[in-house]
This record gives sequence, C-alpha cells and structure tokens, in this order.
Amino acid sequence: MLGPALSTVFFLLVIPVCFIVVYSFWLRAPTGADIPAFQFGNYAKFFEDFFYPSILIRTIRVSLETVFLCLVMGYIPAYFFYRSRTRFKSLLLLLIMLPFWISFIIRTMSWINILGDTGLINYILLQAGLLSKPVGMLYNEGSVLMGLIQYLLPFMILNIYVSLEGIDKSLVEAARSMGCTEWQAFKEVTLPLSLPGVSAGSLLVFVLTAGTYLPPMILGGPGNEMIANLIFNRVIGTLDWPFGSAISVILLSLLVMIVWTYNRYLGINQIFKSLQ
Amino acid sequence: MPKITGWSLIRAYTILIYVFMFAPIAVVIVLSFNPEQFGCFPMKGFSLRWFVKLAQNESILYAFKNSLILGSLTALISTSIGILAAMAFVRYEFPGKNTLNTLLLSPIMIPEVILGVALLLFIRWLQQPKSFMLLLIGHVVLTLPYVLLIVQARLVGIKKEYEEAAQTLGAGPFHTFKEVTLPLLMPAILAGMLFSFTISFDDITATLFWATAQNQTVPVKIFGMLRTSVSPEINALGTVMIIMTIATPLLAAFMIRKLSRS
Repeated sequence: MLGPALSTVFFLLVIPVCFIVVYSFWLRAPTGADIPAFQFGNYAKFFEDFFYPSILIRTIRVSLETVFLCLVMGYIPAYFFYRSRTRFKSLLLLLIMLPFWISFIIRTMSWINILGDTGLINYILLQAGLLSKPVGMLYNEGSVLMGLIQYLLPFMILNIYVSLEGIDKSLVEAARSMGCTEWQAFKEVTLPLSLPGVSAGSLLVFVLTAGTYLPPMILGGPGNEMIANLIFNRVIGTLDWPFGSAISVILLSLLVMIVWTYNRYLGINQIFKSLQ
Repeated sequence: MPKITGWSLIRAYTILIYVFMFAPIAVVIVLSFNPEQFGCFPMKGFSLRWFVKLAQNESILYAFKNSLILGSLTALISTSIGILAAMAFVRYEFPGKNTLNTLLLSPIMIPEVILGVALLLFIRWLQQPKSFMLLLIGHVVLTLPYVLLIVQARLVGIKKEYEEAAQTLGAGPFHTFKEVTLPLLMPAILAGMLFSFTISFDDITATLFWATAQNQTVPVKIFGMLRTSVSPEINALGTVMIIMTIATPLLAAFMIRKLSRS
C-alpha cells in the first residue's frame, strides 16, 4: 500500500536531489557542456568573493525579518481567536486561511496596485494633498517583505493558535485566583505555554522564506535578489547546471542544518500538527 | 476598565491584520472593473471591458485549459496514492514508520526551487524533453504531502471497529474498504482532491522550471505578462481566479453535505 507513495517520493524526490549533489561537483566546459568530475570548483566559486555570500546573508537576514514581523503581526490575532467568544470564530479562522487558497502570484502582484506610483496609497495621499508627487515604495526590501508577510502570516497565526488552544484553561484560572493580574497570568502562564507554537511557526516561516522566489522577483529591485532567484538565473538563465546545483546544495544544507537542530531540541511534529 | 481597553486594542489590531491580508485581493477585484487603459487608480467608471478581452485571448484560454487538465489529473493521482499510504500509516504497524512518514511529508519543507532543479536535472539525465508529463509528476510530488496529512487526520478519527465488524461479517479486505472505509473517508478524499487541485492550479515557482512555451499554466502565463506591466487584463484574470478559488470550496462543501445526506 505504501508502494506508490514511497516510489513517487523516492524516484521523483530523493534520487533527483542526489542528482543535484552529484552535479554540483561537475565541471562546465566553455562550450556549455557538462563534464562529469569530482572537484569543488563550483563551491570555491561561490565563496570566491563577497558577491554570492552576500546574497546568502541577505536571504538569511530577510528570512529573520519576515519571522520577526510575522510574530509581531501574528501573535495578537492568534490570541484574539483563542480568547474570543464570538459566534463567528470559525468563520474568522476560515477567512484568515482564505488568502492561502487564492493565487500566490495574484496576491504578490497586487502589491504593485497598492504600493506603486499610481497605486492605492499614493493615490490617497495625493488626493488628500499630503504629497505633491508619488513616493516610490516599490522594488525595495520593504515591498518584498510585504509580499512575504502576506504569504506567510496565516502559517504563523495558525501555529500559534493551535498551541494556544492546547493550553489547559484551568492553569490560567489558577494563576488568576492566586492573585495574578490578567497581564501577569498571560506573561507567566499563557505566553510560555504557547512557545511551542511560536517556535514551530517561526521555523516554518523561516524555511519557506529562505527558499522563496516570487516576491523578490516581482516586488524587489536588482539589489533584493535572494538565493532562490540566483539558482533560477543560473539554471534557467545561463544554463550553468553545475554551479546552479552547487548553490542549491548550499541552500539545502543550510535548511537541513536548521531543521535538524530544531528537531533535535524541539521536535518537528508540532509543525505538521498545525497544518492539519 | 483597563481590561476592556486592552481587549478592544487586541480586536482593533486583529481587524487591521485582516485589512492587510485582504487589501491586495480587494484591490485586484476593484481595479479589474476599471475601464482605463492602465491598471491603476483612480477608478473611471465601471466596465466589463477587460473580462471580454480576456475571454477573447486565445493564449490565456489555452493556459486555462492546460491548468484545469493538469490540476484535475494531479488531484486524481495524488489523492489515490495518498489514500493508500495514509491507510498503511494509520492502520498498520511496521518498523521505520515514523521515518517514512517524515520522508513522505518532507516536500512541504523543501524549497520549490530545489524540487524544480532536482526534477529537471533528473529529466535531463534521462534525456527526456520537458513535457506535460514532467508538470504532472512534479505536481503530484508537490501535492502528495498535503493529501497525506488530510486523509491521515480523517482516518485516525474513523474507528477500526467498523472495519473489523465488516470483516467478522464475512467481507474481504477489498469489500470492507469499498463498503465501509471509503464512504467514511469521502469528505477527506474530496478535501484532498480540492487541496491538490488548488495547489497545482496555483503553483508558480516549481512550475516555472518545468513549463515550456507550449505547456503554460495560468500562473506562468501571468508571470510572463507581468514582465511588461500590470495591465487591467491581469487584474481581470486575477478576479476570475479569486472567484474560482472561493467558489470551488463552497461547491465542494455543498457536495459533501449532499453526499452525507444521501
């Protein structure tokens, strides 16, 4: 019964990923042909000067920024869902998941409608007389972050919400009855108990951001290229398969290291729990 | 009073987050009715002009058809494979179960760019050209973990006793599956198919690696159109896709309700 699923993943994922590793040691002839070899030239090229590592560092920085912003923007709504007694709770939860169903490229592209020179924000500010000419808000790290947050925030909110829902409510009541204020009870009981969701959400958001291609491509400028864009340009653009493979291996090892460390100390299952 | 103030702040904050999440979607829909040549503010009236233009655009219609076929086939294949695997994981004990389960769920955590390069390299090594087949197997790999998660979650909730009862009454394993397990699983199966269809229909990053000029999907087509600028036509196409993604789950919910009633 497991056969079809296992062979699908084995032949279409495990073996192809091994191919990337093998290819990353190959040479590229000046004619463009790939020559089987075992050498570390592609990796040496990556770390040769500061250009490529700076893209890697930028990828990590933007991922951390996205995690931080998703936490700041996501914790309070998750807490709202947990505490709220409104009849519309399930509808509200469904609504926050709705963007997840709506075309990623349309949602990303639409930030141009909002942030562009002729977009919504500039239009409103111009009409209100607060500006005399449009402010450029697109094609920088800020606009890339907008796209990323809009894509990843539901994952963060859901992870935190799932772990908040799992808290035994009598613990909070106990804290309150022993004289804690609402805020103290939150700080001493609820917040620490919700940390598994916070960390699971952060890991998921980090990993998904680090491999992201579309938002930097559509909303970013030339200086906002991330590692996935680099891979795409090397493989599809310049057809430099060995070098593209080497960059893929670098990205993959970074993520595997992070996920492995996380799993070692915190356990990975929390993440899949929230996705259900 | 401080409690109420705190709570109303939390509520106001949550509302702002909703505005942030839905602003891009609302703006696409509003702008798609703007008759102006450029997809931007201000609104100069209300017109269906861009929808008409969209319906006459051969290459978009072709991409739409391609996406629909691809999504449907992906949903069928990946749900069938997913059900079998989920049954094995939930109903049987075997060594290495957890490791295998993590392996099958791992595509969720692997960046699509890596999946894209990996499969493309493999195809290249096999000396096969990029084709519809590549898109299909790629999308099956992308969607399988989600189907697995959904069906597993549902299967855990179905009591083993039902199946055992059927078997005591003389039903063979296949018969038991068909008469007992399958009907109980139906909502999860539909949800899995819907999910994989949507993921396949929306996927852009990995698909950009696998698609060719002859085998474009709607998102790839939009990506190509964006190279020039955001035209009102893209907003109109976006509106169509937004309506589709909202209508499909509603339709599915309706079907599930009908199925469970009959």
